[in-house]
Amino acid sequence: MRSLYAVYRKEMGHYFVSPVAYVVVGVFLILCGFFFDRILTFFMDQSLSMEMQSMRFGAPPEIDVPSEVLRSFFGLLSSLVLFLIPVLTMGAYAEERKRGTMELLMTSPVTETQIVLGKFLASLTLFAIMLLPTASYVTFMYLRSDPRPPWGLMLAGYAGVLLLGAGLLALGAFISSLTENQIIAAVLTFGAFLMLWVLDLGARGASSLAGQVLQYLSVIRHYDDFTRGIIDTSSVTYYLSLTVLCLFLTVRSVDSMRWRRA
Amino acid sequence: MIEVQDLTKSYGGVTAVDHVSFRVNKGEILGFLGPNGAGKTTTMRILTGYMPATSGTARVAGFDVAHDSLEVRRHIGYLPEAPPVYPDMTVASYLDFVLRIKNVPAEKRRGRLADALEKTNIADKRGELIKRLSRGYKQRVGLAQALVHDPDVIILDEPTVGLDPKQIIEVRRLIKGLAGSHTIILSTHILPEVSMTCDRVVIIHKGRIAAVDTPHNLTSQLKGGQKVQIDVQAPPQLLEELLARIPGATSVQLSPPRADGHLLATVEAAPGADLRSQIAAQIVAKGWALYELRGISLSLEDIFLQLTTDEAAQTPPPN
Repeated sequence: MRSLYAVYRKEMGHYFVSPVAYVVVGVFLILCGFFFDRILTFFMDQSLSMEMQSMRFGAPPEIDVPSEVLRSFFGLLSSLVLFLIPVLTMGAYAEERKRGTMELLMTSPVTETQIVLGKFLASLTLFAIMLLPTASYVTFMYLRSDPRPPWGLMLAGYAGVLLLGAGLLALGAFISSLTENQIIAAVLTFGAFLMLWVLDLGARGASSLAGQVLQYLSVIRHYDDFTRGIIDTSSVTYYLSLTVLCLFLTVRSVDSMRWRRA
Repeated sequence: MIEVQDLTKSYGGVTAVDHVSFRVNKGEILGFLGPNGAGKTTTMRILTGYMPATSGTARVAGFDVAHDSLEVRRHIGYLPEAPPVYPDMTVASYLDFVLRIKNVPAEKRRGRLADALEKTNIADKRGELIKRLSRGYKQRVGLAQALVHDPDVIILDEPTVGLDPKQIIEVRRLIKGLAGSHTIILSTHILPEVSMTCDRVVIIHKGRIAAVDTPHNLTSQLKGGQKVQIDVQAPPQLLEELLARIPGATSVQLSPPRADGHLLATVEAAPGADLRSQIAAQIVAKGWALYELRGISLSLEDIFLQLTTDEAAQTPPPN
């Protein structure tokens, strides 16, 4: 536990002294702020024009602005995450190997599992820190809306982002453990994410078994539920399994560095 | 403290370490000497638990490196060829991290840190980012990292590489100072380093041990007797006969006479015999002009070359 914490602490320190974390978080927050504003304005305009239409023609088609904004906003978060997580994870092991510091870790009384978990938890913490300011936009909208939408909607959304993030961070770190080159790690990670994203593309609506499996495997399909405020056990299980599988593979991969010719 | 038995490591058809056995006693400094690619680093990596051996056993501080890897790692400090430092950390925070992953309890960390900074003479750089340090300082930070947790066994892979001559002397003195309370293995391809710092030397070549002994014994054992080189003006044939008749001389070699009549002769003596005074007396008695006379004792360098070339001669050339 102490060793795990030592690795975690080192990783957090590393994030906050290197410019990478600041750039990624900064870019993420600028984009989030910009898009949140656009989404909010769009739905408010739409609801306004709908209201005008309903005054003219009667039969008011209700539009739930806060939930619509939340859905779009969480959708947006997932796309931003797709681009930014590869940058966060590319160095996780590739950089350590290149610098030779992996040799220090692996000749210290630390197990591979402790190294992998320490690094993973640090990246998840950074991810949570990166999301935190965006909660203020959403909270602001909540306080200004009448009637106030259920808080559960927002919490489910964030739970979804965190679970999605955990899975992708674990996968990204695994890919980083396969190479010494950060660029290769980033490109492979991005490619893998994209594949997981569009896995169900050809299988939408298909009823065959293969189609259903593909749909289940798509990383974004499970995410939709969360943005609608639904926490589905099968989705939670999906993300947790993805995370655990990738962490396990990373442990194996780190262990195999001892066997590969260095 | 360290026992290595029939250690073998091969990867992809190449045998990097071939049935290596040796032992290091507590408090001793063992030098690993060999050309690049001889298998020094691989042996060290096995001892530190970084990589597993193909066959054979190694015990460090009483623990088997294959079965009790974590225990072994708790008892060693290791400086790889390139110092394993994080460029974005300060010297002090880096060493603190090392103390933490080596499981040093919180109350001891501060003292150990100060101690290591002082021993490696980098206390003035403690707040500096490692990436701003020069090569020599980085190497010393690496050295501090290997000894900061006060391990029983310290393994150093070419510890003086990249240092200037003054720093090299400091580091050698530091290593010598660590002996006694620590058991040390260091590798190098610099021969004087071995004779200056080590109690015993393992000469390793092509993955095999060519010799194990003290630097002093190695030098005298392999000397095969002293050689005397003389520079003299004399008729070649008479000189050769004279030198060959001196008791104790085993062989005489003459260079062709130069234009000014100078001759260079090398006389090899039987072990233990010192022929210098006799040669001088005989030549002077003949009335020849003696310009120079000096005894040549084999340096570790010669021994090293001798051992490694003998080995090469035994193995048939490729094709």
